[in-house]
Order: sequence, then C-alpha cells, then structure tokens
Amino acid sequence: MSGQPFQQQSPVVDTIAAWLLAILWVLPLLYAVWTAFHPSEFSAKFSLSAPITLENFERAWGAAPFARYFFNTTVLVAMILAAQLLLCTLAAYAFVRYEFRGKNILFALVLVQLMIMPDILLVENYKTMSKLGLIDTLLGIGLPYFASAFAIFLLRQTFKGIPKELVEAATMEGASSLQILWRVYVPLAKPVYVAFSLVSVSYHWNNFLWPLVVTNSVNSRPLTVGLQVFASTDQGIDWSIITAATLLTAAPLLGAFLLFQRQFVQSFMRAGIK
Amino acid sequence: MLLPALVLLAAFTHYPAVATIIDSFMSTPKPNRPSVFVGLDNYASMIEDPIFWQALRNNLWFALATIPLSVGLALAMALWVNGRMAGRGFLRMAYFTPTVLPMIAVANIWLFFYTPTYGLLEQIGGALGLPSQNWLGDKSTALASITVVAIWKEAGFFMIFYLAALQGISPSLREAAAIEGAGRWFFFRRVLWPLLMPTTIFVLVNAVINAFRMVDHVVVMTRGGPDNATSLLLYHLYEVGFKYWDQGYAAAITVVLLAALATVALVQFFVLDKKAHY
Repeated sequence: MSGQPFQQQSPVVDTIAAWLLAILWVLPLLYAVWTAFHPSEFSAKFSLSAPITLENFERAWGAAPFARYFFNTTVLVAMILAAQLLLCTLAAYAFVRYEFRGKNILFALVLVQLMIMPDILLVENYKTMSKLGLIDTLLGIGLPYFASAFAIFLLRQTFKGIPKELVEAATMEGASSLQILWRVYVPLAKPVYVAFSLVSVSYHWNNFLWPLVVTNSVNSRPLTVGLQVFASTDQGIDWSIITAATLLTAAPLLGAFLLFQRQFVQSFMRAGIK
Repeated sequence: MLLPALVLLAAFTHYPAVATIIDSFMSTPKPNRPSVFVGLDNYASMIEDPIFWQALRNNLWFALATIPLSVGLALAMALWVNGRMAGRGFLRMAYFTPTVLPMIAVANIWLFFYTPTYGLLEQIGGALGLPSQNWLGDKSTALASITVVAIWKEAGFFMIFYLAALQGISPSLREAAAIEGAGRWFFFRRVLWPLLMPTTIFVLVNAVINAFRMVDHVVVMTRGGPDNATSLLLYHLYEVGFKYWDQGYAAAITVVLLAALATVALVQFFVLDKKAHY
C-alpha cells in the first residue's frame, strides 16, 4: 500500500483509464439520483436550474406499502442472520471439537450447498414449503437459508486456528463444553462473525427470486419483490417515481456502505479468503 | 449440536436435489391424476422445446461474455486501486458500489439508462447524432445489454478478492524485480499472475456459478424477451415451474442446471485445485 517504498507511481494512462472506468461505473447510479431528486419534467433533461425535490420519494412511499416491505425485509434479514449464527456456530464447533465416525463425509455433504444453492432448487423447495404450510410467510422465505454451508465452513476454519492451550486452560478451570464455546471460541472469532454478518445481510436484503416465488401478498413480501411489483404494474413509466422507489430500496445498504466503506470491503475480503 | 444445521441442510439441499432427479422422470400431477412414471418423456419434451435450446444458447453466451470480462476488469481494478493512484478511495468506492445494491434496484436503474428517448444512453447517442436504438427491445442487442449489467454488478465484487491477494504479496518481490530491471508487464506476467492464480480460480468458480444463477435482472428488464432473446436457463425454469406449473418438465431443467454446477464442482476439485498449489 502507500507505505511500500518501491511501489511506483502509476503511469498517467493508467490513471486516466481507471478514472474513466470509475465514471462509467457510477454513471447509471448518478443518473438515477438525478431523476429521483428532480420533478418529472426534468427526468431526462439536465439543467442547473432544475429544482431539487423530495416529492418523488413521497409519492413512491405513498403509492405502495413500502413501510410494510421495509418491516418485512428487516425481520427477514434479522431472523436469517440470528438462525445462521446460532446453528452454524454449533455445527462448526462440533466439527472442530469432536471426533466421530463419518465426520469427513458429513463435512463434504455440508459443502455441497456451496455449489447448489437453494435458488436453483426452487421448484422442490416450493413443494416442501407448501407441505409445511409456509407459503407466503417470512419463515418460508428464510428457512432454506438457516443452515449456511458458507458460515459453517468459515467458522470451522477460524475455530481450527484457535490455540489448544486456551481450550485446555479453560477445561482445567472446569468450564463446560458450551462455556468454552461461548467464552473462548466465539470472542476470538469476532471479526469473522462481523464479516459473515455483513455478507449475509447484504445477500438477503438483495435476494429476489426465491422470495418472489414463495410470497404472494403484501404481508410477507420483502422490499425487492415489492419494488418489482410496484415498478412493473401500476406505475406505467413514471421514471421519477420508479427511480425514487429504487433508491429507497437500496438506501439502507448503500448508506451503511458509504459510511463504513472500510469495514465493508474488509469484511467481504475476509469472507472471501479461505 | 450438529443436528439442527444438518437437518435443515438435508431438507433444503440434499432432499430437493434428489427429489428433483426423481421428479424429472415423473409426469406433472394434476388434480384428478396423480403423478406417474413417464421415463424420459420430460427430457424428450426438453429436446423438442426450442425455448430450452434458446435459453441454453443464451446462457452459454452470457457465461462466455460475463466471466472473462468481469474477471479481467476486476483484476485491472484491483491493480489500479492497489497502486498509488490519485483518488484511490473514490475509485475503490465507485467500483465496489454496485456490489451492495440489490440486483433488482440495479436492473431498474439500468432499465432507465437503456430506455428509448429518455435513457441516458439514448441522449448521449442523440447528441452524437447516432440513430435511435431500442437496446432492450431489439433482439440483436437485448442479450448484450443484459450482459453488460451483469458485468457492471460483478466486477467490483471480484475486485475485492484480487485486492486482498495483492495486499498479501510481499513488497520485496517488487523491489527485487525493480533491481533486476524488470518492466511492469514482465513483473505482472511472471510474478503477480502466477501468485494470483489461486484467487483467479476462486473467482472463476464463483463467476461460473453466478452465470447460471443470475436472473433477477432478466425478470425486471426483459422477462426473457424479446422473443426469448434474453431467456436464461434459470429464468426458463422459473417460467416453466411457476407460470405454466409444469413440475415434471421443470424438474428436468433443474437436473440440467444441477449437472452444470456439478461439473463445475468436479473440475474445480480434481483439476483446478491441483493447479492452484505448486
């Protein structure tokens, strides 16, 4: 990074190329921001005198039950994350601390989910959900994701790296197995928990196809599905309102990202390195 | 302790995967007629289904375009952001932002970007005197337009992994290369590229999986149209399964997708993992 003495200054051509690409990358977003914050007659016209307005957001908010969608998504994301952290911590701990027959096969079976995500199996999972009576419920959206192979894998790697001496010391003091998990393993894995949580929250906040399939009413629709229903049905082509709604949907994550850029980037990095 | 996680995994990954294979040999149950064994009938109708072939071709095209372009751009971005460049913080933010946006939101933004008359692309084209172009409505440009969106969304995500890898590479290597008088390109090709190989493989595997999994933007932007020009396998599966409710046939398509993913897994496991460690 900047402290490295031998890193040469990048040539001008590179800088220009990098900036051009970056501008290209933010252009669609900036265009949407422009449209959302200006009256519709300026939606495709650029003029410095165009008045800035929040009216599009108000109209979008009033035109569809976005408050409900926000609530649904928040509950859904929190529920999935809580279940993932609990279940996958226990599973990863079991894989690290105990020896049992078929352990490697079981772990291999867990990893299958890294390749075959629930998204692909939506027809069968839909059948299962209708047997369980969970169609059109938040639990129905979340359940297939509760056990995350990715989380189990990540936590197992982390737990394996924790020094045996710490565990032995805790055992000497008479700590039970669960106490060791809670007092030794979990605190030491904190950065990994943060990383996984950020990845999981952004994934499920943004998830679309499965929620689209299992929901059919306002009661359980998350934001992404709500936005799609909103944008595709009654709006015609009022772009000002659609872009306003779109930005609303993305705002919490986008805002969090702009505020905590470093943590976001580092978390995604940490989650990506095996 | 393992049990809850394993039960859920079995219920929503292993069981449905196996059930799909079984269902692909069964007819679709109707209210007055339960599902019966039909052998390869579903696969036969798949072979005769022109939309399936179109979706498969589209998907391969989509994969062949998105994978190298998004990975290549990601590498370039990471090299730029890792170097000493003016406005590095802004560049990193600009590249990474699409990653945190929902694909649905991204698709709506791009839909607007592409719109005839109002869209920015159209306005720039108009200012340059280019003829009007309906990017998403024209069969010859629709798939390419969809592909661009996917690349835009993914490149920044993959950049992160390259960035992480680059930061793990010792600066003394660059010093040594500089002392030896190695040029930038030589240093990249002979030192960085081999060291980045494990990352490239990891990113490639993810890119392949995503190429068969990304359909959110198709739902928003084109619904597979015009004339199925942008239908991808998973989108076709979604239509067959949840618009026409043909479960037997949907199961057969799922099997094709599963086979594709399993192939990726096997190639990664037996071929690439060996190459990654030397």
